[in-house]
Amino acid sequence: MKLARKHLLGLEGVSRSEIETILNAAESFKEILDRKIPKVPTLRGKTAVNLFFEPSTRTRVSFELAEKRLSADSISVAAKTSSSVKGESLIDTVKNLEAMKIDFLIVRHEAAGAAHFLASRIDVSVINAGDGCHEHPTQALLDLFTMRQRFGGLDGLKVVIIGDIAHSRVARSNLWGLKALGANVTICAPPTFLPPGIENLGAEVSTDLDDAIDGADVAMVLRIQKERQGEHLLPSFREYARLFGLNGKRAARLKKTGFIMHPGPMNRGVEIAPEVADGPRSVILDQVTNGVALRMAVLYLLSGGEIDDAMAH
Amino acid sequence: MRWLIRGAHLLDPGSGLDRTGDLLVEEGVIARIGGEIRVDGEVEEVAGKGLVVTPSFLDLHVHLREPGKEYAETIESGVLGALAGGFGGLVCMPNTTPPLDTNASVRFVVEEARRCSPVDVMPAGAITKGRSGEKLAEFGDLVDGGAVAVTDDGDTVADSGLMRRALEYARQFDLPVFTHPEDKNLSRGGVIHEGVVSTRLGLKGIPAAAEEIGIARDIRLAELTGGRLHVQHVSTARGAQLVRHAKEKGLRVTAETAPHYLALTDESLAGYDTNRKMNPPLRPAADRDALREALREGVLDAVATDHAPHAPHEKDREFDAAPFGVLGLETALAVLITHLVRPGHLSLETLVERMTCGPASVIGVAGGRIVEGAEARLTVFDPEASWVVDPNRFRSPSRNTPFAGERLRGEVRTVVIGGRVIAVGPRCGDNPDFPAPLSS
Repeated sequence: MKLARKHLLGLEGVSRSEIETILNAAESFKEILDRKIPKVPTLRGKTAVNLFFEPSTRTRVSFELAEKRLSADSISVAAKTSSSVKGESLIDTVKNLEAMKIDFLIVRHEAAGAAHFLASRIDVSVINAGDGCHEHPTQALLDLFTMRQRFGGLDGLKVVIIGDIAHSRVARSNLWGLKALGANVTICAPPTFLPPGIENLGAEVSTDLDDAIDGADVAMVLRIQKERQGEHLLPSFREYARLFGLNGKRAARLKKTGFIMHPGPMNRGVEIAPEVADGPRSVILDQVTNGVALRMAVLYLLSGGEIDDAMAH
Repeated sequence: MRWLIRGAHLLDPGSGLDRTGDLLVEEGVIARIGGEIRVDGEVEEVAGKGLVVTPSFLDLHVHLREPGKEYAETIESGVLGALAGGFGGLVCMPNTTPPLDTNASVRFVVEEARRCSPVDVMPAGAITKGRSGEKLAEFGDLVDGGAVAVTDDGDTVADSGLMRRALEYARQFDLPVFTHPEDKNLSRGGVIHEGVVSTRLGLKGIPAAAEEIGIARDIRLAELTGGRLHVQHVSTARGAQLVRHAKEKGLRVTAETAPHYLALTDESLAGYDTNRKMNPPLRPAADRDALREALREGVLDAVATDHAPHAPHEKDREFDAAPFGVLGLETALAVLITHLVRPGHLSLETLVERMTCGPASVIGVAGGRIVEGAEARLTVFDPEASWVVDPNRFRSPSRNTPFAGERLRGEVRTVVIGGRVIAVGPRCGDNPDFPAPLSS
């Protein structure tokens, strides 16, 4: 199976079979990562630039590792050290990178649609590593991968996404991906965190976590974005923790086989209690481990690779 | 100079003219209107079959960008664009640098426009000094300089007490106060309409209520003061409804909307096209449909383009970073014929009314009339002619149209102002140097 795409900009409109192709490929790469020498020559001679205009540890390192494990030349640029601080526009910065003959541009930017914009202007494979409040497709894919790993498949799973949905690119990408794979999604948040029309995108909506989490397979907890404090979204983190924080008592309402995810970084004691984050139902660090294999799969498939080839390595 | 058009559709809703016939212009004046005019001596004769002759259009909402951002538009490129769109008059907004808040700055625009073309450029002065929303500008001086309205367009006067005084003070000049209605506390940071599309795209939304609260406040202040209020670019169904109620009450309230709100919806933003980013934003289909109805009924007095040039490098950016605004002058007629008249939402006669005497009544000018003895201010267009919008052929140095590449019907051919006959089209022909005065 090949992926008939040059870019990965989001999961909206990505089909079930495309997602399954990516997850299957990630399965193969995960085996490679368990080897003694976890490196293959698959993308030797290719160049990937990770251009991050927002802070990131997990995602950036995960992409860098994925690129290096595939033997691509990997370069990371952080906005604070780029020419954008001299006033260069995004498109000019990226046109210059393109002129140096790169193959992949992995971009994180605070403006929604930034990855779409660049993909329409340059002849380089663009991977969206998070654009504003829009999408973060590789995060959602690694979440789907982690769920599939646990449950075998996602059809009929009940997934509750808890937190600031309005400003979450992780929530949007997960919503599209989960729907494509047949899961049922409940969004649970105070009304100030609910974007208008979210119910029209195929999610159940709840403002009562005890009720929403009852019998769920997965609780996906999102980070409270403390930088949005000035927007009057919440009276206090304390009240949020009381009403929407995932504590042990609430986690116990999940199905017996149910587990807990968080894309990180966590605010312990706000959206998630420490004992839950570190507890036996937490797969938070598995998500991170899976991220590398998943990103290897995306890079490989976007460069025109086929799954059977990957298996052969 | 004598100019005769034969067998054209002569259409002037303002004077009740709607017939096929000939029209003769002599020395800049409409000399005769008739079935078949016989002329002796030299005359420039035009075959008018299939063409419509109307009073030249008047646009109540244009940003000329000079002084300050001449790279995006100059007064000269703006008036040439106006002619290409069939406009013989326009009201330009004061948000230049420096702003049009003094007699001298208003006079500069009027005089520079006169130097460039016969288009009647009528500035709107600022409501407040520096458009900063703090102190009233000198309305008397602005009027003496040629201002026909006052507005802080784009920057709503947030202080209700100050807006009240502006409406009161303007009464002595019978000067309309144009309002850009927006509660900035609700809209701040927003870039498109708040709804399911903003949710999908992850863009910050501007709720319809931001506009509606602004309209409601200013209508109430117009009632309190007896001032003349003109509501700019109404984009929502509820906004139009508020204007309807105000008119039913007999208040001195008028309103406009723009071609893009009548033709497009927020659904078309899926590709993050910054040439569809404007403020107020494109709304859902229900709002668009309500605006069409309000325009038909006359709740909306005028179609005004909110022509807002931005240079390509300003628009070719990520969506959040691009400025608000789209071009309108050169495409307005064709967009409205294509999206409203041809599908049957609006009659051609009503459209012409909303682009001629409708806007003229808002600012209290006579506007062009097709009657014998009147100064000739005419637009000739072919309502059937089809052309493809090519931004590279715009007179404006800016290219920010949402209609690029779209095939439209309806093409302006000629504008006659006073003694000058200015050929405009056909736009798909091979002369890119239009408009050039053929004779004067």
